Amino acid sequence: MLQIKNLHAGIDNEEILKGINLEVKAGEIHAIMGPNGSGKSTLASVIAGKEEFEVTQGSISFEHEDIAALAPEERAHKGIFLSFQYPIEIPGVSVTNFIKTAINEGRKAKGMVDMPASEMLKMIREKAELLEMDRKFLSRSLNEGFSGGEKKRNEIFQMAMLEPKLAILDETDSGLDIDALRIVANGVNKLRNDKNAILVITHYQRLLDYIVPDFVHVLLDGKIVKSGTKELAYELEERGYDWIKEEVKIV
Amino acid sequence: MSLKDKLITSYFAVEDYIDADSHIHDLRNTAIKSFEEKGFPTKKEEAWKYTPLNAILKEDYCVFPKKENTIEFKDVKKYFLHEIDTYKIVFIDGIYSSFLSETTHDKVDVCLLSAALSKPKYKAVIENYFNKVAKDDSLTSLNTAFAKEGAYIVIPKHREVEKPIEIINFATGNEAALFLQPRNLIVVEENAHVQIIERHQSLTSNPVFTNVVTEIFTEKNASIDYYKIQNDNHSASLIDSTFLLQEQGSNACVHTFSFGGKLTRNNLNFYQKGERNNSTLKGVTIIEENQLVDHHTLVNHIAPNCESHQNYKGIFAGKSTGVFNGKIIVEKEAQKTDAFQQNNNILITDNATINSKPQLEIFADDVKCSHGCTIGQLDEEAMFYMQTRGIHKKEAQALLMFAFASNVLESVKIPELKARITKLIANKIGVDLGFNL
Repeated sequence: MLQIKNLHAGIDNEEILKGINLEVKAGEIHAIMGPNGSGKSTLASVIAGKEEFEVTQGSISFEHEDIAALAPEERAHKGIFLSFQYPIEIPGVSVTNFIKTAINEGRKAKGMVDMPASEMLKMIREKAELLEMDRKFLSRSLNEGFSGGEKKRNEIFQMAMLEPKLAILDETDSGLDIDALRIVANGVNKLRNDKNAILVITHYQRLLDYIVPDFVHVLLDGKIVKSGTKELAYELEERGYDWIKEEVKIV
Repeated sequence: MSLKDKLITSYFAVEDYIDADSHIHDLRNTAIKSFEEKGFPTKKEEAWKYTPLNAILKEDYCVFPKKENTIEFKDVKKYFLHEIDTYKIVFIDGIYSSFLSETTHDKVDVCLLSAALSKPKYKAVIENYFNKVAKDDSLTSLNTAFAKEGAYIVIPKHREVEKPIEIINFATGNEAALFLQPRNLIVVEENAHVQIIERHQSLTSNPVFTNVVTEIFTEKNASIDYYKIQNDNHSASLIDSTFLLQEQGSNACVHTFSFGGKLTRNNLNFYQKGERNNSTLKGVTIIEENQLVDHHTLVNHIAPNCESHQNYKGIFAGKSTGVFNGKIIVEKEAQKTDAFQQNNNILITDNATINSKPQLEIFADDVKCSHGCTIGQLDEEAMFYMQTRGIHKKEAQALLMFAFASNVLESVKIPELKARITKLIANKIGVDLGFNL
């Protein structure tokens, strides 16, 4: 589904990603772990198409199509979703109206008519329930005054509504207490199927107890230096990143 | 002949007609002298540095509308808040239109200044209030000298007017260029309440220059909500000088929505004379092309324990120019004043300009005054966020602008008006309101 080859990208002539290779297939969950500043969030942003970052080398393809030149919304229409580490507050636009706009823009891009209001309402109710969201929550301004947990739940709610093929969860666990983490992870797991894929970007192994990855990759200084299965995440939790740094040096 | 000379000459031609034996006559003579001395403001004056009038003054205006013009209601219905029942005071080319108006003398006076100036039964009110809070700057003086027609609204004690009052000034374009000087007087007596909507609307692209002066008095515990809708076409210019004198415990709230016009200048002046007053000044400006909107606000805290809140937002596209000058004076006696001022601006294009200046003069030592001003572009991160949800960049921009501007509407108390303005803002910005906001 997602194929990244020798990806180099940066900002203001500073290279952050220094040759990433990654392949994610339908039905898989991949975790990208790494210390602060290793380039995890940059990788997420580059896949989603943030214009600030310049891709200097390599390629990103999604379902066998090169997407490097596409705008973020075009990538979204193809089925890529990025859950933000720090979701943006948009006063004056309610959660419901925002998601309606997003869904209908996606449908428009596919040449479809707007989703009928009744169908939309039904879907909103279902997905809100999935994430144990209060009805009142839906009429509030998007993310405005939301707690950390509410913001993340709202991100996964939007993911549930948009039904992406590839969901990138950028530090979705940060700022969550254990209950919120469980709700969010539970929501993600229910959305999983053999046709979609998830890329989990995280600092800690904690989230991976709930969203169990098929593969774990360690990102260090803009490169994936080690890949393995979920056991690698436990090892990182226990031993930190220094031993990998040593290993990399030796190699 | 310059407009100034033309006006002065015409004043002396008509001076004897108007109330020659009343005290108003003396006021007028003083006022025309004041205008003659000062002339129209120029860019050399600090307060007019960014707002040049010369292009507007060049037109050959008709200063006295000659005949009564008529308009069909169906042609102008959209300018009224027709969804609800309102009182209406309507002028066409400066002349009262009884056909389009709906005035009243039932318990409250919602009628005409011309009547109030000439009939004995209004004499006391005129003597007590007319030109009592308006200042003698050149444009206000010019208006005072010619003041003849406008809205006259007096709400007696303990009276709440259930219907909003609309004051609408239409210009038909029957004159090649028209100069208008409406003068409004509004007195809200003790414990009374009123809601007023004012708009100036030109119906053709012939130039119109309006120099309007409004005096508002809120007596003890009275309250007023005043909405100015400035969405005129791009050949019309407006100088609006509004003066409010607030007595103890009164509440005055003025919203100014500036979307249209060639040049719009708002001089909005609040004088808090009594204790425990509350003043609210809010504005949304969304302009483009070569439009200019200038907000000069003054809140003069004279008495202790008063509050004032100012929140002005501006979105500037094209080569448009915005000016915000917010002056707050806290006098020595005005202890425990709580004054707040906020001015946020977004420049959409490289050629748009905003000149924003807070001006605080504080002479009391136990006060809370805060002000903030921002000038920025749209938040890139917020745009990216929306784009990742599949919302196009243009739509994302529009949504962000809409969100930025529309939170000022929270305090609009007439739901139908709020819906109207929401739509106006959405139209201006080009946001697709496929949903109910």
